[in-house]
Amino acid sequence: MSSWKRKDLTGLDELDADEITFLLDTARAFKGVGKRSLKKVPALRGKTLVNFFVEPSTRTRTSFEIAAMRLSADVVNISATASSLQKGETLKDTALNLQALQADIIVLRHSSPGSSRFLAERLESSIINAGDGAHEHPTQGLLDIFTIREKFGRIEGLNVSIVGDILFSRVARSNIFGLLKLGAKVTLVGPSTLVPKSFEKLGVRVIHRIDDVLAEADVVNLLRIQHERQRKEYFPGLGEYVALFGLTKARAAKLKPSCLIMHPGPINRGIEIDSDVADGAQSVILEQVTNGIAVRMAVLYSCAGGAGVPS
Amino acid sequence: MKKITRIVNGRVIDPANRRDESADLWIANGQITTAQVGEATETIDASGLVVAPGLIDIHVHLREPGQSHKETIASGTRAAAAGGFTTIVAMPNTTPPADSAATITWIKEKAAREACVNVLCTGAISKGLKGEELAPFGSLFQAGVVALTDDGHCIQNHEIMRRAVEYARMFGLTVMDHCQDYSIVGDGIMHEGEWSLRLGLPGWPRAGEEMIVARNIMLAELCDSPIHCQHISSSGSVRLIREARARGVKISGEVCAHHIALTDATLAAFDTNFKMNPPLRTQEDIDAIIKGIADGTLTILCSDHAPHASYEKEVEIDHAPFGITGLETQFAIFHDVLVHQREAIDLPRLIALFTSEPAALLKLDRGTLGIGAPADIVLIDPRLDWTFDKDQSASLSKNTPFHGHNWRGRAVRTIVRGETVWSLPT
Repeated sequence: MSSWKRKDLTGLDELDADEITFLLDTARAFKGVGKRSLKKVPALRGKTLVNFFVEPSTRTRTSFEIAAMRLSADVVNISATASSLQKGETLKDTALNLQALQADIIVLRHSSPGSSRFLAERLESSIINAGDGAHEHPTQGLLDIFTIREKFGRIEGLNVSIVGDILFSRVARSNIFGLLKLGAKVTLVGPSTLVPKSFEKLGVRVIHRIDDVLAEADVVNLLRIQHERQRKEYFPGLGEYVALFGLTKARAAKLKPSCLIMHPGPINRGIEIDSDVADGAQSVILEQVTNGIAVRMAVLYSCAGGAGVPS
Repeated sequence: MKKITRIVNGRVIDPANRRDESADLWIANGQITTAQVGEATETIDASGLVVAPGLIDIHVHLREPGQSHKETIASGTRAAAAGGFTTIVAMPNTTPPADSAATITWIKEKAAREACVNVLCTGAISKGLKGEELAPFGSLFQAGVVALTDDGHCIQNHEIMRRAVEYARMFGLTVMDHCQDYSIVGDGIMHEGEWSLRLGLPGWPRAGEEMIVARNIMLAELCDSPIHCQHISSSGSVRLIREARARGVKISGEVCAHHIALTDATLAAFDTNFKMNPPLRTQEDIDAIIKGIADGTLTILCSDHAPHASYEKEVEIDHAPFGITGLETQFAIFHDVLVHQREAIDLPRLIALFTSEPAALLKLDRGTLGIGAPADIVLIDPRLDWTFDKDQSASLSKNTPFHGHNWRGRAVRTIVRGETVWSLPT
């Protein structure tokens, strides 16, 4: 049963429910590999993977690197500072060079929405989107959905609240697209500047009072909030954000005991999430990180057509 | 022997002279003439065709001087001829910008040598298109500009815009404005709405255009002098202009073909050939713009022909320059959408929007088939179904979203001063 025919993963918006389920099921099969003493399968042996990160990232790049190594691929990391883009070479030319260097898989992190798709349409290599501007971060969306499905055994009918800077969040978009396709009820929570009402056209609910969602939520996914850089006109300051939207101890106490607390990391303790809540029993933040490896193994394996998936 | 041309069997549509009849048209000495001048040395059979004044496009980027890798006066005017245009108005955002008499003179001299249709120049409103100091309107006027604009840029300082409009009045020059409020639009790339949210692209809201349209209405009123709003894209702008014109304010608006043919949903594949400024908007905007054309609110149709080299356009969408080519496609799009599909206007009105209206706005001695007028003529086949192939385009650049699109109607022959400069290959 293979409902996967794609060479690339550029976003969850273009996948159907069967394709998403296929990747989640494949990830479940790969998760066992990480529990072995010998954490390696030969699925991508002889394949070359380039982590091409034009925007800084440690967490996602490392996760892809570990995933690729566990599949026995050879891995090269290229960062923005070392890349020719700094010298004025276009993204297209840089990518064509990577293909000429016989990269089978290019994992791209880039500030421009659509950049992964841009390469996917022009290269024979598999392109995996590791974040394209504010557009999508599909493997993060998949690992969040994987974690939820692992806990609840399903996605359909669950109330998932995503809290924070939705407007600029690729993580939020991939979650929204994936969760809706699998039948979840998605609520976006945050300041009206960062969560405009027009998001409802995507099929979600928009709420500006976090207290209104706490009792019903099966999952609360808190996004990292930034104020220091370009968000100054969007909300007055972090203090007011914490007061209005932070998952404080008092708010966490109103959650159902079964409600999962998630965060794509890196967390700001005391800002979007109280420090004790982040470490509490309902938090699955570190499980998300672990699941990220299995999900990325599944994505790399499915797109790059390896062999030797563990049964 | 003197050349005398007779165009026979056509339907002559000449809105400037309120003509729409089956008639022959005579040309001698490069001018429209009466039938009695002598025996025809050339006869053009226009059976089944419309014979109209050559079309005028007041919004074209010819890219010379300085950007000849995108387009040249030679290639751009060939594209104009292939679209049925005999007069085009060049925008001033060249390198250097057309903010001095020297640059205008350079363009006019190059056009005299290389252009196959009439090239008219606009001068910049501000020095260097920077929006800070007025360009020398007096010497620009003497050098022959037909209007003033900072197109591609928008003067943000209302006081400078006010003085520009007041000062331009002394020369009878219309000020044309690219309406964009920078603080609201920011780094916006596409219409702010469902699709910008879905794609994670920075939004360019309607209000970013409407604020400047409203500003221009107020300044046109204050100065009692005309302001022309370029490439209107938003439903709210149409409403503002309609209300102001009803009060007698000297405000006008123009429409580009892509703004009635495509919506923001076409950005879904991140194709930079759908990235232009102002951006593609929604069906609601398209409907409002078409209504505005039909009820006389919007009086000018144009291309905003904006060629860019493929290596410039084939980059990440937020790095790509705004703009698409349009000289060869616009008449067909407007005809197909406005006359054929939507029946919003009839063919004579469509031709007026391309001839007598722009001629009146910029006080041009073109856009008419009156006796003695320059014999700038287009033959149009309104029933011809055809497919646009960008690889056949005369433009140096191929940045079009319309490759492979089908429309009904197009120019089939373009005549400038009595000479055929282009005809549809058979």
